[in-house]
Amino acid sequence: MSAMTREETEALIQEVLEVYPEEAKKTRAKHLAVNDQSVEQSKKCITSNKKSLPGVMTIRGCAYAGSRGVVWGPIKDMIHISHGPVGCGQYSRAGRRNYYIGTTGVNTFVTMNFTSDFQEKDIVFGGDKKLNKLIGEINELFPLNKGVTVQSECPIGLIGDDIEAVAKKTSMEIEKPVVPVRCEGFRGVSQSLGHHIANDSIRDWVLPARDEDNSFETTPYDVSIIGDYNIGGDAWSSRTLLEEMGLRVVAQWSGDGTLSEIELTPKVKLNLVHCYRSMNYISRHMEEKYGIPWAEYNFFGPTKIAESLRKIASYFDDKIKEGAEKVIEKYTAEYEAVIAKYRPRLEGKRVMLFVGGLRPRHTIGAYEDLGMEVVGTGYEFGHNDDYDRTIKEMGNSTLLYDDVTGYEFEEFVKKVKPDLIGSGIKEKYIFQKMGIPFRQMHSWDYSGPYHGYDGFAIFARDMDMTLNNPCWDAITPPWKKAAEEGQAEVAVGT
Amino acid sequence: MALRQCAIYGKGGIGKSTTTQNLVAALAEAGKKVMIVGCDPKADSTRLMLHSKAQNTIMEMAAEAGTVEDLELEDVLRIGYGDTKCVESGGPEPGVGCAGRGVITAINFLEEEGAYDEDLDFVFYDVLGDVVCGGFAMPIRENKAQEIYIVVSGEMMAMYAANNISKGIVKYANSGGVRLAGLICNSRNTDREDDLIEALATKLGSQMIHFIPRDNAVQRAEIRRMTVIEYDPTAKQADEYRALAQKIIANDKLAIPTPITMDELEDLLMEFGILEEEDTSIVGKTAAEEAVA
Repeated sequence: MSAMTREETEALIQEVLEVYPEEAKKTRAKHLAVNDQSVEQSKKCITSNKKSLPGVMTIRGCAYAGSRGVVWGPIKDMIHISHGPVGCGQYSRAGRRNYYIGTTGVNTFVTMNFTSDFQEKDIVFGGDKKLNKLIGEINELFPLNKGVTVQSECPIGLIGDDIEAVAKKTSMEIEKPVVPVRCEGFRGVSQSLGHHIANDSIRDWVLPARDEDNSFETTPYDVSIIGDYNIGGDAWSSRTLLEEMGLRVVAQWSGDGTLSEIELTPKVKLNLVHCYRSMNYISRHMEEKYGIPWAEYNFFGPTKIAESLRKIASYFDDKIKEGAEKVIEKYTAEYEAVIAKYRPRLEGKRVMLFVGGLRPRHTIGAYEDLGMEVVGTGYEFGHNDDYDRTIKEMGNSTLLYDDVTGYEFEEFVKKVKPDLIGSGIKEKYIFQKMGIPFRQMHSWDYSGPYHGYDGFAIFARDMDMTLNNPCWDAITPPWKKAAEEGQAEVAVGT
Repeated sequence: MALRQCAIYGKGGIGKSTTTQNLVAALAEAGKKVMIVGCDPKADSTRLMLHSKAQNTIMEMAAEAGTVEDLELEDVLRIGYGDTKCVESGGPEPGVGCAGRGVITAINFLEEEGAYDEDLDFVFYDVLGDVVCGGFAMPIRENKAQEIYIVVSGEMMAMYAANNISKGIVKYANSGGVRLAGLICNSRNTDREDDLIEALATKLGSQMIHFIPRDNAVQRAEIRRMTVIEYDPTAKQADEYRALAQKIIANDKLAIPTPITMDELEDLLMEFGILEEEDTSIVGKTAAEEAVA
């Protein structure tokens, strides 16, 4: 199918909206747009970060997910308590593939679930005493923990427990930081507010810890990686490049990160922001309070990597600038070989994405390096500053869909007929059953890393093995095949 | 006789618990089988029946036992004056937890454990003054109390509260069978109190079911942790509660209340001289400004 014109895409949106009741149609219409690169501000074409409609299937999470699952969860040497009834912690346990190094249960705790397991009596009489006891027990049983966070589930906010007071008291008792996080799931419209709340709790309860302590020996080349959650090892394949160009990575936020790395971040020279959505808040704070500039970068695919390495180097002296060039040069043959191998197999294939914080725009370059085109994209919980950054990355007349509903996504796919869809576990099987190749773009479908040059080779291989998998030839049963022969569209195959 | 479930609401400190217990004692004296369910974390709804400070509450015992499922009915049910069954929901100390959830848990427990047995004639819920959240509306939800009595006096705030409670009843009356059964005037000896409450009751589409005069006999009984009925059956005040009890037994005037607006209520209060005509020229003026003017 050839690319759609602006009119065709607009007509498609109208057609999809048609089934909604009047009010829902009006609301959803604001979240669907045809991309126009000439638009300077996304607010002119799309609305985002608004409450999802009742009755539709949204793909969003909650504030607790944003704090416990995304921002705080990967900090490996702290223990994160899911404070409230058992389900929130247990059903999200180890749900993200935040790789880390350490001995789980001894000095690292990422994949474990700690919960206060609220019962009826804790709701009625309050859970502060239990929390106090729990923190004491945690410290006794897991003495190598470096601190504790209290991740509030909904009831904590409803009954008004004073977790801040418990945090202060227990912090004195165990002589480690205890951070209360007010990330009750009912706050905000998505996990996005959870990111913000988590950022604020780091700002208030962790960052000032070493303000008066200058014992850390700094270098002029200290940077931190902000907003890389080390899914499948992403932060590691990013860190390598930064180190090879001569920088020193002091902290990883928060994939494979530690409390002391977080505390030391205000000492760095530059904050490197990968996931802008979830960690721009703390980057802005450090700029304001400590005067640390921050730069967004993109380590998906060689084009964006080279651009980003040069951009990062521009904040430093010639040594680093030369370092960046050397890194790019070093890997050129490698990534050219990857492109030479996979591009012919992927050229011209069309992709639709629907992901979370940065991937709806950051992965576009990587697909383009492989000769593919992203024809539709959208964010679960993005804000308009995310769409501002997306408009230029997407081609004209492509689809933008914010907080897409299950129904809309399916209808768009039926009409646009992409060759590949990249989204999450909830979407995967729907589209696979529709016969469309699918990659999970939150978890890298149990693969990865996808960041950096090393990651690009894996990314290319994964897209190829999904798209060109012979299984797609078997979607149509033999007795229906005869009938379909003669039709132009056949399943993709080798 | 079918079980009648009644809830007593009213402004904090108006005398709900005292009135309820004296009323229940009078009903028991008349041979009725009654249960009192205290729905207030203070747990003072049964002390006059049991001659105790405060009985062990459902939530307290549940917390001790681990969960409410570990409790047995006999752990929490006490028998007081005139074979009255007494339970207290209990709840947290002020400022922590969720007292409303305590009321919900406790009432569910009583239902599941079969506390509402067939011999009972009456259940009385004595509910915390302000219906601050869904938990304190629990007794008036479906299949619970059908008759609401509001304890009120001729004081302005007590009447505001009565009107607000009526608004709450309307909300549940439309979806269920709950009705306003009457206002009980617990006198504070204000001027023309009986007429005023009668007028308010009429406006609310209900009745003043009884006027209980002020009498120190109540306090004398209370310091002995007894009802007047039990402490001094010959006292004149005991007859007042007996009269109230008989009226409630005979009461068939159950209405969906017609709460009035603030303006109407203020008009009523002005009519009875409780509220003075508002002087709008002084609104927002500081003392200094007034001195200049």
